[in-house]
Amino acid sequence: MVSSTLARILPPEPEAPPAPPVLAVSSLAKTFGERAVLRDVSLVAYRGEVTALIGANGTGKSTLLRALVRLVEPDSGRVMMLGQDVRTLDRAALKAFRSRVGFVFQKHNLVGRLSVLTNVVHGVQARMSGPRSWHHALAPAAIREEAMACLAAVGLADRALQRADSLSGGQSQRVAIARMLMQRPEFVLADEPDASLDPRAGRELMELLYRLAHDKGLVMISHRMEHTLRFSDRIIGLAGGIVALALETRHAHADQLKAFFDRPAGFSHAEDESPYG
Amino acid sequence: MADLTAPMRWERPNALSFTIGVVVFAFVIWSFSSVGLSLERIVRGIPALGSMLERMFPPDIERLPRILEQLLITFQMALVGCILGLVLAFPISVLAAEGLSPHPVLKHAARALIALFRTVPDLVWALLFVIAVGLGPAAGVMAIMVDKIGFAGRFFAEAMEEADKGPQEALATIGATRTGLIFSAVVPLALPSFVATSLFSLEKAVRGSVILGLVGAGGIGVELKVAFDLFNYDTAATIILTIFALVIAVEQASNVIRRRLI
Ligand SMILES: Nc1ncnc2c1ncn2[C@@H]1O[C@H](COP(=O)(O)OP(=O)(O)O)[C@@H](O)[C@H]1O
Ligand SMILES: [Mg+2]
Repeated sequence: MVSSTLARILPPEPEAPPAPPVLAVSSLAKTFGERAVLRDVSLVAYRGEVTALIGANGTGKSTLLRALVRLVEPDSGRVMMLGQDVRTLDRAALKAFRSRVGFVFQKHNLVGRLSVLTNVVHGVQARMSGPRSWHHALAPAAIREEAMACLAAVGLADRALQRADSLSGGQSQRVAIARMLMQRPEFVLADEPDASLDPRAGRELMELLYRLAHDKGLVMISHRMEHTLRFSDRIIGLAGGIVALALETRHAHADQLKAFFDRPAGFSHAEDESPYG
Repeated sequence: MADLTAPMRWERPNALSFTIGVVVFAFVIWSFSSVGLSLERIVRGIPALGSMLERMFPPDIERLPRILEQLLITFQMALVGCILGLVLAFPISVLAAEGLSPHPVLKHAARALIALFRTVPDLVWALLFVIAVGLGPAAGVMAIMVDKIGFAGRFFAEAMEEADKGPQEALATIGATRTGLIFSAVVPLALPSFVATSLFSLEKAVRGSVILGLVGAGGIGVELKVAFDLFNYDTAATIILTIFALVIAVEQASNVIRRRLI
């Protein structure tokens, strides 16, 4: 009796020692002027898992994600990622570290006048510099083939020579993912990659990102609750500059998460009520 | 109740703006009297102008081969000076551009150089280079080159500063070098502006190169000066017409290129 109850309460004996977290943030803080956006944020994320970061508009989700690769410089705290103490890295080491982390932005950030293939080839600048990384026509054969494979992985191999600005929003975002794959990242961060897409393109994009990145490890932000529930293993909720919620997605209830989303699926109230149409 | 009387038609100027207005007005009047322009002088000039025009026609085409040869040299001078200027303007503009310059000291130095090259007129550069490298097209090429570094350097830098920051941030996040960022994102984004600036530079250079000849920096300008000095107005007419044709041709060609590339 007693032993079976205990067995249910105590965690099962681990078969192998647990893998160390690939990302461990402790006591991270960032203030913009007067505004303390991040006060004391601590969290961990593991290889092979998807962590969803949630929180109402303006709670500092983007700031946190950008602080991990020092696109925003944190004021204090510690970021351990891929075995590096990120805040202590000098310029050259930071560059090398960033090349190991894929980052997908809300905007696709492609160079519109260049071809899709050239935009994907740019991802090789993580490990190669000089003219051969600037344009597909100058790139070595192996790089061009790898770029085509990355394009094929996002289903756009037939668009290789089209200009990037001729693509739809969803296609552009997929090219951005192909460029990220070209980087051969060991870990991926994604800041609302589905935000500027219509619901269907948004879901397809999240499916693709999940398929291509979840085995590496992914920390993502999505303002759509259904995407958060469907494409994550853990959920971390930010509020008031601290982690106010941390749980496994399979234990999460929609009611519990509502407070962390301030927009109903799709559009904001402001846009619905705009008198300017 | 709101006050329904109409507001004053004009706002009453304050003492300072009134004083400035009076001083500027007085200066303009004085300038007119200083330059010695009078209706009488213009009227008296008309017969002289008329007789010169009369002596210009028919244009003398006897020296046409020589003129065309000099016109070609003028164009080549403009082309070479312009290409050298544009090629040098690019690295200088990178050093001068906010956000791309590797160091603030370099940025200020590059900006000062561009400002110097831009504000000193090309005719002054031509005079200096005629002294330095002697009479002839080489001096003209140098003058055009310096002038174009000043002109294009400024516009290249502005175009690069205005380029969308998104792709640059994405590449920086990948771990790209500054050079990679410039050639993969900034230059492609600024390219239409670069092309427009370059074509405009060439048009300016062709017009400018004619004048440079007047101070001995080579080309058709020398011929024009000689023709006027010897009162060979009919030869001068031929020269002016060929210059006119060249300038129009270059402008048309550059319009075609602009439309196709941008
Ligand atoms: N570079 C910045 N300078 C000043 N304030 C900023 C900057 N970046 C973000 N903020 C502010 O920090 C807060 C959090 O922003 P953000 O991290 O983008 O929130 P979220 O992504 O959760 O919507 C906002 O109030 C925003 O205005
Ligand atoms: Mg955000």
